[in-house]
Amino acid sequence: MITYPFKYKRAGSIAEAETLLKAAADGKLLAGGQTLIAAMKMRLANPSDLIDISGIKELSYIRASGDAVAIGAATTHCDVATSAEVARAIPALSYLASLIGDPAVRHRGTIGGSVANNDPAADYPAAVLGLGATIKTNRRSINSDDFFTGMFSTALDEGEIVTEISFPVPQKASYKKFPNPASRYAMAGVFVARTKSGVRVAVTGAGPCVFRVPTMEAALSKTFSPNAIEGVTVPADGLNSDIHGSAEYRAHLVGVMAKRAVAEAA
Amino acid sequence: MAVVSMTVNGKAVSAETEDRTLLVYFLREQLRLTGTHIGCDTSQCGACVVHVNGKAVKSCSMFAVQAAGAEVTTIEGLAKDGKLHPVQEAFRENHGLQCGFCTPGMIMTAVDMIRRKPKLDRETIRHELEGNICRCTGYHNIVSSIEDAAKRMGGAG
Repeated sequence: MITYPFKYKRAGSIAEAETLLKAAADGKLLAGGQTLIAAMKMRLANPSDLIDISGIKELSYIRASGDAVAIGAATTHCDVATSAEVARAIPALSYLASLIGDPAVRHRGTIGGSVANNDPAADYPAAVLGLGATIKTNRRSINSDDFFTGMFSTALDEGEIVTEISFPVPQKASYKKFPNPASRYAMAGVFVARTKSGVRVAVTGAGPCVFRVPTMEAALSKTFSPNAIEGVTVPADGLNSDIHGSAEYRAHLVGVMAKRAVAEAA
Repeated sequence: MAVVSMTVNGKAVSAETEDRTLLVYFLREQLRLTGTHIGCDTSQCGACVVHVNGKAVKSCSMFAVQAAGAEVTTIEGLAKDGKLHPVQEAFRENHGLQCGFCTPGMIMTAVDMIRRKPKLDRETIRHELEGNICRCTGYHNIVSSIEDAAKRMGGAG
């Protein structure tokens, strides 16, 4: 399949990417391209310019300190999944990265690309929201609670570039995903984290956008055990319903995956 | 149109190509390296897997210009001096292919897998083959081939 024509530009720095993006009529950033290129081949996307940021060295790093793991936006899923530092600080995060796509996709796809795209069934948004991470851009820092605004939409402005995701280190965390057997995208994926400021539960795949479950968080903040959320359900209203599963089925899966995640983290 | 230069199977190559040319078309149509196959063209099947700077990638999901300056290895670059690569040899001996269409991608994926994980068990091999589809074999002999190749290579990658 052949995309519409576009101009390819390779940026060597964040500053150069900003300039190239500003100069383009309808420019798009290209990181790993594992979603964008597929969309362009289907002719669902038609950017005038692609600004390749995958080679920008200042965007590719993993820095773990005592209380946070900071990951540069152009860091690949493979690098996160195999990082000893991430595995030590937040094992649930390296496990989550190891479930994305397949090995070849993980060699190209990046954390910044996944978060900026906000696919309803992507894995990373569950970790970002579940851990209460901070999304850093070329202009500001955005709290995860304010970042994911809807299906494929985020709080990012025109020309804004994600530069880093900073994850606070939780006391315990776990991610459980029920993948679609063919695509391996999440039918429902639940990220549960026990942090100093309370318990967070984030769900991907089940709804049009990643979301938190306050009723489960409240129950788990009192008692952190799978029994605490027995019978705590999420309403099926507004959840995804398609050939792979009804909204009711997904609502049920959220409960099951949440209990499994808590059992693992408890 | 721009001239794109890279190293493919150890040889410096240059060709004039559009920015929108996918790496797989660059390899097949401009360099005439038709060992890399196009199966699904949607990043599902893995028939187009090649190595870019030593890592397995799907060449249908990358533009040739993105690989400018990179070292690319295709299935044609594995055998040395008329001798099959140990992974190729293992596929031959274990009947790891039937029609052979998926085989170049399977072998490139296997070489990358053994490089990253020298000690492989059958379950790990099956997980690692997530992104490669075979419609003939039922995977059994592909798994056996990779298991055998990993042993032959003794973790050498």
